Amino acid sequence: MTETNAARRDEVAVELVVADHLGKGFDISPPLLNRVIERQGRVVLKAVDGVSFSIPKGTTFSLVGESGCGKSTVARLLVGLYAPTTGRIMFDGADMAAPRTRAEDKALRARMQMIFQDPYASLNPRWRVRDIIAEPIRAFDLASGEALDERVGELLKQVGLSPIDGEKFPHEFSGGQRQRISIARALAGEPEFLVCDEPTSALDVSVQAQILNLMKDLQRRLGLTYLFISHNLAVVDHISDVIGVMYLGRLCEVASRDEIFKNPRHPYTRLLLDTIPDLDMTGKSRAPVAGEVPNPINPPSGCAFHPRCPVADERCKRERPELKPDTASGSEVACHAVEEARLPAPSAMGGDT
Amino acid sequence: MSLLEVEHLRIEFPTRRGTLIAVDDISFAIEEGEVLGVVGESGAGKSLTGAAIIGLLEPPGRIAGGVIRLDGRRIDDLRYEDLRKIRGREIGAIFQDPLTSLNPLYTVGRQLVETIQTHGETSASAARTRAIELLDEVGIPAPERRIDGFPHEFSGGMRQRVVIALALAANPRLIVADEPTTALDVSIQAQIIALLKRLCRDHGTAVMLITHDMGVIAETADRVAVMYAGRIAEIGPVRDVVKHPSHPYTEGLMGSIPIIGHRLENLTQIDGAMPRLTEIPKGCAFNPRCPKAVDRCFKDRPDLHPTGPTQSACWIAGGDLLDLNLDTPRRAGEPA
Repeated sequence: MTETNAARRDEVAVELVVADHLGKGFDISPPLLNRVIERQGRVVLKAVDGVSFSIPKGTTFSLVGESGCGKSTVARLLVGLYAPTTGRIMFDGADMAAPRTRAEDKALRARMQMIFQDPYASLNPRWRVRDIIAEPIRAFDLASGEALDERVGELLKQVGLSPIDGEKFPHEFSGGQRQRISIARALAGEPEFLVCDEPTSALDVSVQAQILNLMKDLQRRLGLTYLFISHNLAVVDHISDVIGVMYLGRLCEVASRDEIFKNPRHPYTRLLLDTIPDLDMTGKSRAPVAGEVPNPINPPSGCAFHPRCPVADERCKRERPELKPDTASGSEVACHAVEEARLPAPSAMGGDT
Repeated sequence: MSLLEVEHLRIEFPTRRGTLIAVDDISFAIEEGEVLGVVGESGAGKSLTGAAIIGLLEPPGRIAGGVIRLDGRRIDDLRYEDLRKIRGREIGAIFQDPLTSLNPLYTVGRQLVETIQTHGETSASAARTRAIELLDEVGIPAPERRIDGFPHEFSGGMRQRVVIALALAANPRLIVADEPTTALDVSIQAQIIALLKRLCRDHGTAVMLITHDMGVIAETADRVAVMYAGRIAEIGPVRDVVKHPSHPYTEGLMGSIPIIGHRLENLTQIDGAMPRLTEIPKGCAFNPRCPKAVDRCFKDRPDLHPTGPTQSACWIAGGDLLDLNLDTPRRAGEPA
């Protein structure tokens, strides 16, 4: 498994998506009058701050983190639902922010699609399934008439539904089937890059397994590139090639999936791994992470994780660590303790309750 | 005698198109101080079972049959006022969303004091002292200051701690916890599970832990009941159910959970979905999705019977009827 992944990465060195110091701030200031009277400045919430990564063609890059860490914002930035405030996104060598004609823009948009978390909210309840799936095909002028109907039937078959299902409405389907419809719609524009924002979080485990298997299967057959977002580390372990761990808008560790689970380096990654319930029932007691994610409006100084970090020192409070490549493992870590090699072995770590 | 006994419980929803049976003839017991996990997919009837025990079943849903006994006393047919005395004092409840189970207009302290005074004769100041103690016990920092805060001033994890404090306020003997960690982040989830486990051990409180997360059950519960389409598919000690499930549904459920370190190209999947209440098939409700189903499974409905250390409702569990090689997982797209 490791070999095939490494081999795949070597031979397809082409990077489809590159995020370069991506940042997004949301202005959450009080209204102008209040600011003038109360003499307050503008308040900007940095949802994403200086995030850089690249996704090679045909692979899956996952972002994990707790709610409010900015992973969904990254997803929306990549498909162009938000415009970045700093940094840039390169898609297949082209800058996404560069000026383009309408036709060029359409061609670029067709190459990326998004699958959302909640299949109950992301499908129009008043449209028949065939219209939902045909919408991207019509929008990108890919087919019309009989060819369109045929294509819709083909897409439905591809995601494990029947072409007759196209006549039904979304409410006639279960959650898992609806998510299959979302996937069919995303595939309709013949994209190369799919952004999946928690596609299985709203589903039951047995259905989650079906969707994950389907997504892997489609990736193998169509050579898709995924950005996969989840808070569930076990799901991420199953589907990813490379994993990025986010905390308060910044990446704290980027590593191959084997590296991150066998040799997690950042203290936050370790504590996150520690929180996974133990299905093997080895009886080891887990040390829950102490504390909670701080308020992103007013993040801690230095390393944002330092108030919860068991190995934080003065430098961590003062100076913000940058993501630095770790030559030994090939992963990237943003941690002073890792850099100074004063991080204890994983077993010696743990917070207090 | 067990602390809680549920016998042949049946919950119905009368609708215009006929009566739906949401929970169909289930029986189980919870011992003093025991944690029973109830696991199943959405719509399996696990939350309804919990609601029936606390007496919070919402109309038109109703208990159509069976008996619920707490400490030998029947509680399913009590009048509203009598039930109120049991609810809170003897059976506590924790729900999924801590924001909706707290009143946003009252301070946390007022809600705690009210609960304490409702269930015990104490003065306002004694109740307040007890409330601070409770908040301290559930791990809220600076409780003497936080007690005057409103729910919106607390984070999700802290709110759930307050809800646990409320549930424990009257020292109940049983707590029904319905998805207590589902709305929380993973790191907070671990904190809350650890807290719940510690408190129940210290107080000797029994817990009925309802969740869809097998991981939470594996860590917390002593025994587990797996529910499917309104019935218990398998019940037994948590270790046996997790490690050596005997019902094909439990087996599929365990196989479909991705586990870190167990790398598979594809997860084992159970094809299809749980049937709707209107379309529950004849015989065993799991038969359309079951890879092992035999003729009998389509005709007769199996009841719970001992299969090794656990009890399963399955004609072929235990392996005496058929010995098929069923370890090969079905792939996506292949016909069932």
